[in-house]
Amino acid sequence: MSEAPHVEVKGLTVTARNAAGEIFPIVSGIDFALQRGEVLALIGESGSGKTTIALTLLGHARPGATIAGGSIRVGERDLTKLDRSALAQLRGNRIAYIAQSAASAFNPSRTIMDQVIEPALIHDLMPRAQAETKAVELFRALALPFPDTIGARYPHQLSGGQLQRLMAAMALITDPELVILDEPTTALDVTTQIEVLRAFKAVVLERGATAIYVSHDLAVVAQMADQIVVLSQGRIREAGAAAQILHAPADDYTKTLMAAARPAIRPAPEKIALPAAPLLEIRGLTAGYGKIGKDGRPRIPVLRDINLTIERGATLGVIGESGSGKSTIARVIAGLLPPASGQVLLDGEALPPGLQGRSRDQFRRVQLVFQNADTALNPAHSVGRILARPLAFYHGLKGNAARMRVLELLDLIRLPATLIDRPIGGLSGGQKQRINLARALAADPQLILCDEVTSALDTVVGAAILELMAELRRELGIATMFISHDISTVRAICDDILVLYSGTMVETGPRAAFGVAPFHPYTDLLIGSVPEMRAGWLEESHAGAAPPPIGETGDHPDLCRFQPRCAARVDGLCNTTPPPRRPLAKGSQILCHHGDESLCPL
Amino acid sequence: MGNAFQRAKALPLSGKVGLALVIFWLAVALFGPMLAPYPVGAFVAYDVFDAQSAKHWLGSDYLGRDVLSRLLSGARYTVGLAAAAALLASTTGTALALTAAVGGSKVDEPLSRFMDMLISIPSKIFSLVLVAAFGSSLGLLLLIAAFTYVPGNYRIARALAVNLAQMDYVQVARARGEGRFHIAIAEILPNMIHPLLADFGLRFVFIVLLLSGLSFLGLGVQPPDADLGSLVRENISGLGEGALAILAPAVAIATLTVGVNLLIDAIGFSGKGKGR
Repeated sequence: MSEAPHVEVKGLTVTARNAAGEIFPIVSGIDFALQRGEVLALIGESGSGKTTIALTLLGHARPGATIAGGSIRVGERDLTKLDRSALAQLRGNRIAYIAQSAASAFNPSRTIMDQVIEPALIHDLMPRAQAETKAVELFRALALPFPDTIGARYPHQLSGGQLQRLMAAMALITDPELVILDEPTTALDVTTQIEVLRAFKAVVLERGATAIYVSHDLAVVAQMADQIVVLSQGRIREAGAAAQILHAPADDYTKTLMAAARPAIRPAPEKIALPAAPLLEIRGLTAGYGKIGKDGRPRIPVLRDINLTIERGATLGVIGESGSGKSTIARVIAGLLPPASGQVLLDGEALPPGLQGRSRDQFRRVQLVFQNADTALNPAHSVGRILARPLAFYHGLKGNAARMRVLELLDLIRLPATLIDRPIGGLSGGQKQRINLARALAADPQLILCDEVTSALDTVVGAAILELMAELRRELGIATMFISHDISTVRAICDDILVLYSGTMVETGPRAAFGVAPFHPYTDLLIGSVPEMRAGWLEESHAGAAPPPIGETGDHPDLCRFQPRCAARVDGLCNTTPPPRRPLAKGSQILCHHGDESLCPL
Repeated sequence: MGNAFQRAKALPLSGKVGLALVIFWLAVALFGPMLAPYPVGAFVAYDVFDAQSAKHWLGSDYLGRDVLSRLLSGARYTVGLAAAAALLASTTGTALALTAAVGGSKVDEPLSRFMDMLISIPSKIFSLVLVAAFGSSLGLLLLIAAFTYVPGNYRIARALAVNLAQMDYVQVARARGEGRFHIAIAEILPNMIHPLLADFGLRFVFIVLLLSGLSFLGLGVQPPDADLGSLVRENISGLGEGALAILAPAVAIATLTVGVNLLIDAIGFSGKGKGR
C-alpha cells in the first residue's frame, strides 16, 4: 500500500444556484481515495449527493451545478484542470459510467453490438472486428445467453437484467481505469439482481477494474465493496473498510440506515373481538386484457384461478416480481378491471365486477393506495382539497366540519396542520405518501389495498411509513392487502402471505410458514435472492442455480408457469402434467409436483 | 391581483413585451372609440394619403378620413371578435375533448372522426362560401371563426385529456366511485389549463389573421365600419407611395399577433418550469 492511490478526491465541493439565485453547496468537503483494483461504495438516501459525486469523477456536473473546489485525481490526471476536449477523450474510454436504467440508456433503433462497441470505435482504440470479438468475450464473461448472437438483437428484445449487463459490457470494452456504477441494480427484481451482481462481481475480479459503486442498498454494497463511504445531505458521515462499516458502524446515521434496511418483525395485534366471517373473499378469479375466449380466459391472461380471503383487521401480503399480476389483483378488487370469471365477495356479498353498479358504500369500504404518490395525488389540488373530497363524497362533510376532520387526519398521519393549504408539489416524497394514505383513511374504509407503497421511498422514510401503517392498523382495525416485491417487508408486517408467479398462486400460507423450509421452488428463489448484509453472501447463495435439462414442454394451459426457471423441475412430469395444489406440513399450500419430502433437499 | 402582478414580474423580457402589447391593444379595443379625435366615417382632410401632421397623427386615408380615428375604432372589431371567437372555439373544443376522454371509446371514436372530417375543410374557402350564402354580419363572422377552430382545439385538448385520464389520481377517483363530470372538471381540467391557455393564444392569432384576410377580400366587417384587415385593403392603392394609411393598420395587426404570441410563449415556458 505504499504506492499512491489510483483515485483520489480531496476537498470536493459542488455548488448549485437556487431559485432565488443564491449559490449553495450540494456536496462539500468530500475526501476519499482508492487503490487500483478496489471497489468503493458511495451510499446514502436520495438527495445525499451520491450521484453528484459519482458524476464529478467523469469531470461532469449536472446542468446548473458547478464543481467549485477541491481536486479529483484519476491516475495521473486532475479532472478539475482538464478542458472539454481532454475530458471527452477520457469519458467512455479511460473512465466509464453505468447508469441506473439500462432500458432508457440504450438507443432502441440500433443493435446491441453497434452500441456496445461504440466507445472503442469513437476513441479509435481498435478496429471493428477486434472490438466485436472482444464484446463477445465480455458477453460470455457476463453470463449473457447466446453470447455469439446476442449482439445482433435490438434493446426491446432483451430483459432489463440483460440490458444492465450489456451496459457493463459497453463500459468495459475500452478496459477503463475506473468504472462508475450508478445504482445499477435498483430497478431490477431481486431474482434478477442476484444474477446481475454475480456477473458484475466476476468481471470486476477477473479484470481487476477499479470501481465506484453508487447505491442506497447496504446489503448490495456489502457484496461488492472493499470500502464504504456513507453520505448524508452532501457530507461524509462515515468512511472506512466495508467490514467495519457493516459490522461496527460508529456513526448514528449509519446505524439508522442499517436498522431501516431490515424491518423488524411486528407481532400481529391482539385480535379484537370481530365476527369470524371473512371481510374479503376471492373465488376462482381469472382476469386479463383483450377479448374473452370460449374457454373463459381472456386473450392476454394476467391472473389465473386466484382464491384468497382476508379476515377483518388482518393483513395479507401479496408478493411477486414485476409482471406477476400483483397490482392487477388490487385493480380487480377496486373495480378498475372487470374479471373474466370468478367472484369478489365483500362481507359475504358479491361485488359487481366493474365500477358500474357498485354502491357508494361499497366504494367507500375498499380504498386503493397507489405506489407512486407523485402521480396518485392531483398536482392541481391542495392537501386540504385532496383530503376533503372523500369526506364530502362519502360522508357529506362540508365547511368547518370537513376542515376539522382534515386536521384530525393530518394529525393521525403525523403531519403538521400548517400543510393543509399547501399545493402537493411542495411536499417531500414521504409526506406525499402519508397524504396518499390519509386520503384512503378519510373514507373510513374496511379494507385498504396498498400497492407497493414504500417502493419509491428511501429506506428510512419507507420504514417510517410502515411504522405508521402498523399503528393505524392497531388503532383503527382496518384490513390491508399489502402488495410488494420485497419479501422481507412482507414477512415483517403481514399475517398471511400469497406468492404470485406469472399470475398463478404458487404458495399461500400464514407468515410463520414463510420462516421455515421447505418452500415452493419459486419462494425459495425469492427468499434466497434477498441480499444479506455480510460479505460473501453472494458466493454462498444457491439462488439462481441453473435448472436441470428438460424435454419439450407440452401445450396444456395449466402447466407450471415457473418450470422454465425451476431448479427442482422433473423431466416427464413438470413439462407434461399440470401441478396439483398440495398442503405442506408447516401450514402453507403450494402449487407443485413436489411435496414435503421431495422439497427438503433444496 | 397582487399575485397576477408578481407573476407578470417573473416573466422573461419577451413575455413582458408581449404583455405590454396585449394590454395596449386591449385598452385600445375598450377605450379607442372614445379617444378617437374624429368620427369614424367623417371626411376631414383635403388630401388623400396625407403624411402625419399635428392634426392627423397618422395622416389621412384614400378618402381623406383620419387614419388614427379609424384605427382606434377598428381595433375593437379585430380584438373583440377574435377574442370572442377564440373563447367560443376553445370552450367548445375542450368541453367535447373532456367528454371524449371520460366517455370511453364509444364516445371518443365517433367524435374524433367527426372532428377529423371538419378539420379537412379549408377554413378560408369554408368562410367564403358561408359569407357568400348568408351575407356578412358580425354574428356570422363570429360563428365562422369559432367553428373553424373548434376541431384544432379539440385535437390538442383531447390528446392532453386522454393522457391525463390514465394518471393514477384519475384512477383513484374512479375507484372512489366519482362520476364522469367530477373527473373531467375537477381532476383532469385543472391540469391542462396551461397548455390550453397557450392554445387559446394561438387560436386568437389565427382568428385575427382569418378575419383580417376575410376583410381584405371585402367579406369581413362592412363599411363604413372597418376592422384592421379592411383598413389595409381599402388603402391598398397607397402602397406604392408607402402611405401611413396602409402601414399603420398592418403594423397594428403585426404587433397584436406578435404580442399575443410572445406572451403565450412566456406563459407556457414558466408553466413548464413550475411543473417540474
